[in-house]
Amino acid sequence: MTPPLPQARPGSVSGWVHSVETGGTVDGPGIRYVLFMSGCPLRCLYCHNPDTQHMHDGTRTTSTEVLEDIALYAEFLKRAHGGLTLSGGEPLVQPEFAAAILRGAKALGMHTALDTSGFLGNHADDHLLEDVDLVLLDIKAFSEKTYRHLTGVPLRPTLEFAERLAGLNKRIWLRYVLVPNLTDDAAEIDGLAEFVAGLGVVDRVDVLPFHKMGEHKWKALGRKYMLTDTEPPSHELVERVRGQFQARGLRAD
Amino acid sequence: MDTLLMDGLAQTTEQQSAADPWRGFAPGVWRRSVDVRDFIQRNLCPYEGDAGFVAGPTARTTALFAKVTDLLKQERAAKGGVLDADTEVFASITSHAAGYIDRELEVIVGLQTDKPLKRAIMPFGGWRMVKTGLEAYGYTPSPKLEEVFPALRKTHNDGVFDVYTPEMLRCRKSGVITGLPDAYGRGRIIGDYRRLALYGADFLIKDKKAQLASLEVSRIDEDVLRLREEISEQIRALKELVEMAASYGFDVKRPAATAREAVQWTYLAYLAAVKEANGAAMSLGRVSSFLDIYIERDLRDGVITEAEAQEMIDHFVMKLRMVRFLRTPEYDQLFSGDPTWVTECLGGMGLDGRTLVTKTNFRMLQTLHNLGPAPEPNLTVLWSEQLPDGFKRFCADTSIKTCSVQYENDDLMRGYWGDDYGIACCVSAMRIGKQMQFFGARANLAKTLMYAINGGKDEVSGEQIGPAFAPITGDVLDYDEVMARFEPMMEWLAKVYMNALNAIHYMHDKYMYERMEMALHDRDILRTMACGIAGLSVVADSLSAIKHAKVKVIRDANGLATDFEIEGDYPAFGNNDARVDDIAIWAVERFMTALRKQKPYRNAMPTQSVLTITSNVVYGKKTGNTPDGRKAGQPFAPGANPMHGRDRKGAIASMASVAKLPYSHAQDGISYTFTIVPGALGRTEDERVSNLVGMLDGYAHQGGHHINVNVFDRETLLHAMDHPELYPQLTIRVSGYAVNFIKLTREQQLDVISRTFHDKH
Repeated sequence: MTPPLPQARPGSVSGWVHSVETGGTVDGPGIRYVLFMSGCPLRCLYCHNPDTQHMHDGTRTTSTEVLEDIALYAEFLKRAHGGLTLSGGEPLVQPEFAAAILRGAKALGMHTALDTSGFLGNHADDHLLEDVDLVLLDIKAFSEKTYRHLTGVPLRPTLEFAERLAGLNKRIWLRYVLVPNLTDDAAEIDGLAEFVAGLGVVDRVDVLPFHKMGEHKWKALGRKYMLTDTEPPSHELVERVRGQFQARGLRAD
Repeated sequence: MDTLLMDGLAQTTEQQSAADPWRGFAPGVWRRSVDVRDFIQRNLCPYEGDAGFVAGPTARTTALFAKVTDLLKQERAAKGGVLDADTEVFASITSHAAGYIDRELEVIVGLQTDKPLKRAIMPFGGWRMVKTGLEAYGYTPSPKLEEVFPALRKTHNDGVFDVYTPEMLRCRKSGVITGLPDAYGRGRIIGDYRRLALYGADFLIKDKKAQLASLEVSRIDEDVLRLREEISEQIRALKELVEMAASYGFDVKRPAATAREAVQWTYLAYLAAVKEANGAAMSLGRVSSFLDIYIERDLRDGVITEAEAQEMIDHFVMKLRMVRFLRTPEYDQLFSGDPTWVTECLGGMGLDGRTLVTKTNFRMLQTLHNLGPAPEPNLTVLWSEQLPDGFKRFCADTSIKTCSVQYENDDLMRGYWGDDYGIACCVSAMRIGKQMQFFGARANLAKTLMYAINGGKDEVSGEQIGPAFAPITGDVLDYDEVMARFEPMMEWLAKVYMNALNAIHYMHDKYMYERMEMALHDRDILRTMACGIAGLSVVADSLSAIKHAKVKVIRDANGLATDFEIEGDYPAFGNNDARVDDIAIWAVERFMTALRKQKPYRNAMPTQSVLTITSNVVYGKKTGNTPDGRKAGQPFAPGANPMHGRDRKGAIASMASVAKLPYSHAQDGISYTFTIVPGALGRTEDERVSNLVGMLDGYAHQGGHHINVNVFDRETLLHAMDHPELYPQLTIRVSGYAVNFIKLTREQQLDVISRTFHDKH
């Protein structure tokens, strides 16, 4: 049975949601309610949720409905030192929707995190960011060339967004997906580490080893996966990259 | 009344002798009457710190454990996993001479028989089961034993089948009621084994004699006669316990005077129970915080070191890991992996707000690090949000490393059972020494729903099992019509079920009375008639499908509904969706309401559990296609779990659905088994521990009753199936207990692997 299309109520904003994970532990501190919003302007070669790239692949709902569901978990998540994480897709594809949910989560007394590539950082106005406690910022590469090859879009907006966050003293966890022969260039990573350290608001750097767990989704969508022959990085490589961040005084796990 | 022994009797000259066993203990009511809780309350040393103090194994422990490991290896290699079995002697407390593993190395001694892992003959449950058990493992019972049964001595099993009605037999055969303890010991009785250590047998016997005297009443009716006979048996058991202890060189007539004696006395009392009672669950209770008082005294006096304290607990636990019973292959199908449910409770909070966590709770958990993971003893943490953080973290860390710990909500249970309750078997709380249960297996609610649809006919055999109510004849199931038939079918089942249990427990008391365990109880106790249900998530999902989607009926040539076709989606249990969770809540309450209308044997209080142990596989096997889309023969989800793979919103949604089930209507416990891959619990070890603590706090706060925690990946299990020799100690939690994964049947291994693993998105 398909539920009837929900009607937006006054104060409620409509939007598209891909799915929900209520026991997330890797997208922010503690245990998280992770709302995967659909739609993303990037076309990352390693995307492990390609089924969230198109907004209309998700389910149309309203911020009120989403918040009603989140409210069921607010108490649990507070006790588990966690909160809400908006992820995707790219949450900033739907800034009004995201803002309404973040506002509501703060009203519930929850910790909030925004998981973003930063490419649409200018969609996030200062009011939206006021309701964000932590930004999980993906900087997927540090040269325009690599970044564009990997994502299909320019790097500049992401770096500008990072600088803006630093200006607002917004806390950041940096996420860097390490792909052999694609994002493992030592000089580029050094550049990124220097930039990130200079921001002064990055509490932690997560170096995420590339994995192919999303490959089957590409096949299911009938799309060609370009990284079939790429292997996950070696332990040594991961440690080298972490070391590059640590050398700048950053906490890198 | 707690006890009948008052002033004067305790002050024997023996207890006043030089090494006063009670020296240094704060006095209280406990000195005059049997009241272990009072002793604990007045003498407990709560510990708020972390695990920094715990000690590794001593050289003696390592040497002894190497011998135990070798014995366990031989046992696994032996036919049917039985290393040795007696064929000559009926078991009793005193039937076997003292047995040892290695006398020089053992700090705590005592075995069930004269040799380690040798299984004893406990025939009063049913001779046929003993014989089948022996023969299944390649042993032949001595002909002289066969002369006794059934010619000279009737058994529990014989008695039950003398009184079963044809209707009960039909229900038993069809599997709508399964696992009835009519052919095995009911178990789930916890003797207060601490009493022997604190008081010694002389004190306890005097108390029991006073109880007997109190029953010299004017009207000696059947109830009084039964109790008088039982107490006489209890006194006899205590005397045999003294004799058995003496064969190991201990005088347990007097109280334990040192920590080592306290551990030894407590174990000897437990040992006496497992020497003659083959109960399905032989739980230990809540001994470690009690023993801590003795250990603290000896540490304070400089008599022992931390390493020696740990050594006592390690050796005690090694013994508990070696408890064995002779069981039949049919029994093993229901309760796979040779479990004994030596459940020991750790943690919890006192009614006065102090924590009951002690250093010996840590020492008990530390055995899993010192001796490696193991299913027994079934370590159960009574979780409270108020527990000290250091203890919470050590529990979580131990869970992640060993998968050998279960958690039950003390904040929920304390209000019902106080602060000196233990857990029998998996999830059954009872005040220690003041309460027992009549274990009642479980009713198959999914099959009952099928009977409602088919007018009482079994969907597998086609036989008329239940009352011939009008079957549903429409092509599409209508929710109201199904409910109108389901309720009377539940009422019928509750009646047959309760009557069958009454027959069983009447005969169990008569032919297989647990005199040793009951000798360590008060005279007047609360009895619960602990019924149970299986297939809750199948029923909830089926009714949800009928209500929210379209369920078409497919009938066979005889007009029996044997399959279903579902059009559209329906909300499934396990996604925190009120549309279906409310149905599950309703089913729990509704069946309990039907049970409460029945009249249980011996004025017991009816309760129920939502727990299947491993019988979810057998139940599923006996149940046809169900309206939720589950196919005939497929296992049910264990306990209160959502059906495999239908909980799609993540771990917290799944927990939230289960936590909604009302404990007030399932006071015998609600079991939930939770499996998560390590990476999904956090990126670093420290984060995993914090997140698991957070989950447990959140679940407890929501009112969840029980949770088994498994942290491992599917690949490990698949590898273990093919290479069992590499995983001798791989322990996993199933419904309410832990098992050696490699001891499960292949079918059950596959069931475990098919369960929902909470993974990273």
